[in-house]
Amino acid sequence: MSLSAIRAGVAAALFALALGIAPATAQDYPTRPITVIVPFAAGGPTDVIARIVGDHMSKTLGQTLVIENVVGAGGTTGITRAKRAKNDGYTIAMGHLGTQAAAPSLYPNLQYDPVADFEPIGMAAGTPILILAKKDFPAKDLKEFVEYVKKNEKALNMAHAGVGSVSFTTCLLLNHILKVKPTSIPFQGTGPSMNALIGGQVDYMCDQIVNAVPQVQGGTIKAYAIGTETRNPSLPNVPTSKEAGLPDFQASAWNALIAPKDTPKPIMDKLSAALDKALDDEPTRKRLLELGSDIPGKDRRGGAALMTLVKSEIAKWTPVIKAAGPAN
Amino acid sequence: MYDLISNLWLGMGVAATPMNIFLCLIGALVGTLIGVLPGIGSLATIAMLLPITFGLPPVGALIMLAGIYYGAQYGGSTTSILVNIPGESSSVVTCLDGHEMAKQGRAGPALAIAAIGSFFAGCVATVLVAALGAPLTSLALLFGPAEYFSLMVLGLIFAVVLAKGSVLKALTMILSGLLLSMIGSDLETGAERMTWGIPELSDGIGFVVVGMGMFGFGEILRNLENPGSREIINAKVTGLMPTLPDLKAAAGAIGRGTVIGSLLGILPGGGAIIASFAAYTLEKRVSKNPSRFGHGAIEGVAAPESANNAAAQTSFIPLLTLGIPPNPVMALMVGAMTIHGIVPGPQVMTKQPELFWGMIASMWIGNLMLVVINLPLVGMWVRLLRVPYRHLFPMIVIFCCIGVYSLNNAPFDVTMTAIFGVVGYWLVKHDFEPAPMILGFVLGPLMEENLRRAMLIARGDATVFLTRPISATLLALALFLLVLAVLPSLRAKREEVFTE
Repeated sequence: MSLSAIRAGVAAALFALALGIAPATAQDYPTRPITVIVPFAAGGPTDVIARIVGDHMSKTLGQTLVIENVVGAGGTTGITRAKRAKNDGYTIAMGHLGTQAAAPSLYPNLQYDPVADFEPIGMAAGTPILILAKKDFPAKDLKEFVEYVKKNEKALNMAHAGVGSVSFTTCLLLNHILKVKPTSIPFQGTGPSMNALIGGQVDYMCDQIVNAVPQVQGGTIKAYAIGTETRNPSLPNVPTSKEAGLPDFQASAWNALIAPKDTPKPIMDKLSAALDKALDDEPTRKRLLELGSDIPGKDRRGGAALMTLVKSEIAKWTPVIKAAGPAN
Repeated sequence: MYDLISNLWLGMGVAATPMNIFLCLIGALVGTLIGVLPGIGSLATIAMLLPITFGLPPVGALIMLAGIYYGAQYGGSTTSILVNIPGESSSVVTCLDGHEMAKQGRAGPALAIAAIGSFFAGCVATVLVAALGAPLTSLALLFGPAEYFSLMVLGLIFAVVLAKGSVLKALTMILSGLLLSMIGSDLETGAERMTWGIPELSDGIGFVVVGMGMFGFGEILRNLENPGSREIINAKVTGLMPTLPDLKAAAGAIGRGTVIGSLLGILPGGGAIIASFAAYTLEKRVSKNPSRFGHGAIEGVAAPESANNAAAQTSFIPLLTLGIPPNPVMALMVGAMTIHGIVPGPQVMTKQPELFWGMIASMWIGNLMLVVINLPLVGMWVRLLRVPYRHLFPMIVIFCCIGVYSLNNAPFDVTMTAIFGVVGYWLVKHDFEPAPMILGFVLGPLMEENLRRAMLIARGDATVFLTRPISATLLALALFLLVLAVLPSLRAKREEVFTE
């Protein structure tokens, strides 16, 4: 008997076992800690949101949500692991804009399908995207910025935190709208790219609000617009992209909890309800808002709304990434 | 000046509360422990402990996490000296003379001088962070991709200079290190390079795998070749503490190491490791008798250990003043701050002075604790060396394997370490030194990244490295050092030719 045959046999046995006991365990779920796979490093925006929301969900569910950071390949390593996890509700994951919407068009060998391979628990929180430029960028508002970028596209350097990162994908959207192709300069993460922007080594970039607030407030960089419907309380002076005349630039790095396919419905309902309760909890909201997060309203919560969002986001980002061409 | 003192006083008030002293002690202890255990780095530990700090007040949590970070720098030298395994990448050079000292029965003085040097460097760097944090930040901002590339070139040249044997062999090792570091995913396109379709290689080979294999396992294989000699070495352990001549010899090295470490620590990425190599190179250059280096020179331990500790402290500067993390550990500290509701940035200093100055004051307390923890431990570590080698080496191997496995829970990494062990053994047998290769391996990705970035920004114009003043200066320095290193061997060759 070959090794793979043994493996298949074991897997089949486990699967049968899981099916056999699933209904019983679904009733008193959860009876042990739940692992939340975060596909990014500890301390990053997705991780912080997972920890804040998970903290409150642990209280509701009576079991601890343990965060496991599985990094690599723009977050797809962690989500791939979540797909292969047992669908008993004890392993869930925090997916985001990159892993659930941009990844299918960025990675030709992607091991999962964001729609078919997961059950949606619900949107947790988003971090709005800002259009940022170095301190002495010669434009006083977004209109001038757009004109300047269009006129000088060949000379400009756009920074991003690596192919597949949120800053990369969202800046592609900006470039796509403006129909420009500046030189894109990759960095390893948002820290180094922000450093280069403050130092004036690069001209502009798009980044999540949580990374940029202190710099904008400190005057070391400029913020031209925020890619959400409403202004953000952390930066009340930064206009929305709609107000500033670029309504098509709608970008928020949403983070959402997902579970492996065919996780039993009672378990999914418990998880969705716990997440919903966490997002209504005042201290939890306060901590999320301090980060500049965009907390979903009632109509954007739950599994069904998340599934709609994932589908619409895939439809939105695929042409943007495809148009930018490979390896850009 | 008055401001500085009143600020530090405020910081002491925060850091010296019983709760914060206790947290600082825990951090220092955990840091020492993980520094000693090969494989488990400060990055993984801080990531694991981050959730535990959830319930703590922010200042206390950060004090503890910072303690782990610089505690690991202390602990990392212990295994370098005792068993030739660098606990952290910045203690690779410590192996060169530290382990030689241990072989000569002087493990005690080597460990003690590492602790004393680190303490001195930590104290000076703490004051530096407090006094010059803000102005030094602007220095870091002057470094763009071109400057970083030139700095990395300079760093690699240090590795040539510090090599004992032939320059050609050292260059070969550096280039092999660079090539090894290129295994993995391409930075810009994500395409896989030299992975032969092995998925485990797609994120590259880890430092611990290479370092532990080449140094640790290689050393063990070499010792097993001649088991008798090892026991004799252990028998003649002399004195635990450094003698007065030792201290005199090391004093200058500690001072110079501190200065180099403090300056290079501010620069994001690779600061601490370049600092340790630079400090070692400088000592070898200024020494009246450079041939002692590599054969148990106490300056060769004192200088890099002071430098890496100073660098560990000053690497907090960009984090505290700008909110920008210069290395992955600092990125986790940013995470720790945001989890605790503090958004790191230029305003932390003015809006939350207790946090800022409390952390700085705690660094000094932490360094004091580390020296108090580490000096009495010296005796214990040295006793460990007296354990017969036939009992000791299986334990080292097992600990190393557990450490390597725990990185990614991957048996693949353990296999790779074993392969590098055999390679390391072969190389040492043929007089190739592993240290230059490790430096090439660690600096390779940073060098490549910044080279490509600089070329992109300059639109392919390579003269950018010479037209930017800082970059040009660094390259000129590198050239100068290389010529210094190559000249004696050229001269020696010519003499050989003439005598024949």
